[in-house]
Amino acid sequence: MIELIDIHKAFGAKKVLTGVNLTIPSGESMVIIGGSGTGKSICLKCILGLIKPDSGTILLDGADVATAERDAFLARFGMLFQGGALFDSLSVWQNVAFRLLRGSLKRPKAEAREIAIEKLRRVGLSPDVADLFPAELSGGMQKRVGLARAIAAEPEIIFFDEPTTGLDPIMAGVINELIREIVTEMGATAMTITHDMTSVRAIADRVAMLHDGVIQWSGPVADMDASGDPYLDQFIHGREDGPIEAVR
Amino acid sequence: MILLSPLGAVGRSVLGLLGAIGRVALFSGQAVGHIFRPPFYFKEFLQAVLYIGYFSLPVVGLTAFFTGGALALQIYAGGARFNAESVVPLIVAIGMVRELGPVLGGLMVAGRVAASIAAEVGTMKVTEQLDALVTLSTHPMKYLTVPRVVAATLTMPILVAIGDVIGVMGGFTVGVTRLDFNAATYLNNTIDFLESWDVVSGLLKAAVFGFIVAMMGCYHGMNSARGAQGVGRATTNAVVSASVLILASNYILTELFFAA
Repeated sequence: MIELIDIHKAFGAKKVLTGVNLTIPSGESMVIIGGSGTGKSICLKCILGLIKPDSGTILLDGADVATAERDAFLARFGMLFQGGALFDSLSVWQNVAFRLLRGSLKRPKAEAREIAIEKLRRVGLSPDVADLFPAELSGGMQKRVGLARAIAAEPEIIFFDEPTTGLDPIMAGVINELIREIVTEMGATAMTITHDMTSVRAIADRVAMLHDGVIQWSGPVADMDASGDPYLDQFIHGREDGPIEAVR
Repeated sequence: MILLSPLGAVGRSVLGLLGAIGRVALFSGQAVGHIFRPPFYFKEFLQAVLYIGYFSLPVVGLTAFFTGGALALQIYAGGARFNAESVVPLIVAIGMVRELGPVLGGLMVAGRVAASIAAEVGTMKVTEQLDALVTLSTHPMKYLTVPRVVAATLTMPILVAIGDVIGVMGGFTVGVTRLDFNAATYLNNTIDFLESWDVVSGLLKAAVFGFIVAMMGCYHGMNSARGAQGVGRATTNAVVSASVLILASNYILTELFFAA
């Protein structure tokens, strides 16, 4: 279980997070929604330790992540980045098997390659993609490779940052379905950041809406449409009128 | 107030400069600290050796050859005023191995390698590849900075040693073909009067310049601002700061090595 307790983060005078409280139960898929620039990615990066919050506590299974042993802590996570964040200088299979080729999870090269090809197959890519380089792949294929890399070491917790951004609706649907299937079959805890409502309905068990630096609403995805929260209502229906100011 | 504003601008610039020096020093200290702590990435180190050392050889070699040739012409013309044309081989050799070999080699490698490292690492930063490294339990400083800094520090002396030989041969070629020197006498004068410290001091300088080049490339790349403009600025800053630091440290090292 991941718990965010009163997280604050500012960049200069701009306060991005002003007291975020959120609990993500183990084995559940939590989707965080919110407008652009509301701090969704900052929340995620705070959990991973990529950004240090100004104040507040983040607990993973009851232990403060700030004092956790970094390698052991990060070994529990997998992450799919918005743009894929594949390493240009490495081939596809080396990207997927990155964690398996070095560090505490190191395996023999042949075994790591075999696992990488199996994970590529799991995300719908054929083995002949393995020796290509990221620049030779389409956006959708790069997302799939990113997904394969995120699950390569079978992590307990997987983060997805805007998994469908930049993809056509059909490819976005495929990626959403893959994420849902993988999270379910691995029994992983998932946290997804998106403002794509199709993704939300496909991926989420629970939804939290971030607005004005705090969690405005959170609850099961089934309750989202009848929440009665004017912020959430405006957001999910994409209305210009409402409490969220729409800048023209 | 109007009179004070230029002072304020100077003060801000000085504070900015001191801040930058502090940040570079902290970054360098961290990088050096990581050199001695595992894990070590040998494959990345060997790739950096190949890129920084081997692939820089043509540019360093050509620079050294033409510089050696021009130096021979200049010293011959200058020496003729005192009937001292015979010093050409010695001055070319000393000039190349003590100063021009390491400094020009360092500047050429700064233009080629610091720019390339800053652009590569900067692009990795803006495309979240550095964050991805962290999430994959890999420290960007260990994986990206340490192999490049160690490779540059170790390969620059070799690169400069080869450049020194090519530069002396540039002087030799011009001396023999254009200035009517006897080939055997030219080489004998070069070898007889050149001392080992002349060569070693130049190679030590080269090691320092290699460290500076890779460190500036990595520092500016890792601190690159967002977007193409940010990466472009990081690349420019890497080359400019590496070049200035090479020239400044060259003076300091020369004082240390040769001051009476």
